Amino acid sequence: MELNQIMFFLLAGLILIFSLLTITSRMILRAAIYLLIVLVATSGLYFMLNFEFIAAIQLTLYAGGIVVLIIFSILLTSHISHKFEQPAVANAFAGILTGILGCGVALWSIMKFPFTPTTQPPLEVNMKQIGMHLLNTGNYGYALPFEVISVLLLAAMIAAIVIAKKGN
Amino acid sequence: MIQGIPIQCFLIVSTIMFFIGICGFIIRHNLITILMSVELILNSVNINFLVFNKYLFPHQLQGHFFAMIVVAIAASEAAVAIALFINMYRKFNNIEVENINEMKY
Repeated sequence: MELNQIMFFLLAGLILIFSLLTITSRMILRAAIYLLIVLVATSGLYFMLNFEFIAAIQLTLYAGGIVVLIIFSILLTSHISHKFEQPAVANAFAGILTGILGCGVALWSIMKFPFTPTTQPPLEVNMKQIGMHLLNTGNYGYALPFEVISVLLLAAMIAAIVIAKKGN
Repeated sequence: MIQGIPIQCFLIVSTIMFFIGICGFIIRHNLITILMSVELILNSVNINFLVFNKYLFPHQLQGHFFAMIVVAIAASEAAVAIALFINMYRKFNNIEVENINEMKY
């Protein structure tokens, strides 16, 4: 077994174990920390794929931004020592059944599908390439989605302030 | 592609993570934990985009941009959702889904 295989299985095991713990933990702050571990392990997978820029985005935005936001809202709205009740049996049964059935169907189709990679020479992924594509209006350019996302972020920011402000 | 790891390995990990997220979405009662399940789902989809980009279409950058858009949407969704939760906490004094059964006064 080579070193990169060991690394992959370590990261995959971390992701699967801690994502299970995220949805089963009965202490809400612990669930948030388990989510943080899942996100950091995912950025490890991106580093394995040699996508450093996306891995950095994952670390700063997901692990840095969203988890901190979630932890703040937990501190504002819940008691830290409060333990959740066990979910109702019917609910738990429905959830687990949906998970296992859907997982089975998806894994079966993944295993059956023949993945054929292209034969074209690979593009070297670096910051310059990504920036050129992101602000390009021509072929393979992503200027329009970039602008639309910026408008969406502005709208979300204003909406968050308007909704959360006192006395509306 | 990466030496010794077929594409199916990555896809299996992301599929299981996706359905763990769906399972948590159904099982959980607290709104913040439901939001965490949604983050798990979005994250697993991101893994899929980047792995397809790396293994099947390495001459393009489509997966990168889709992943970036998903991350931006996840961030804005989390911000709006948490603003809603704080507003609900002011009105109902907790954020369990059973206790929130009216949308307008």
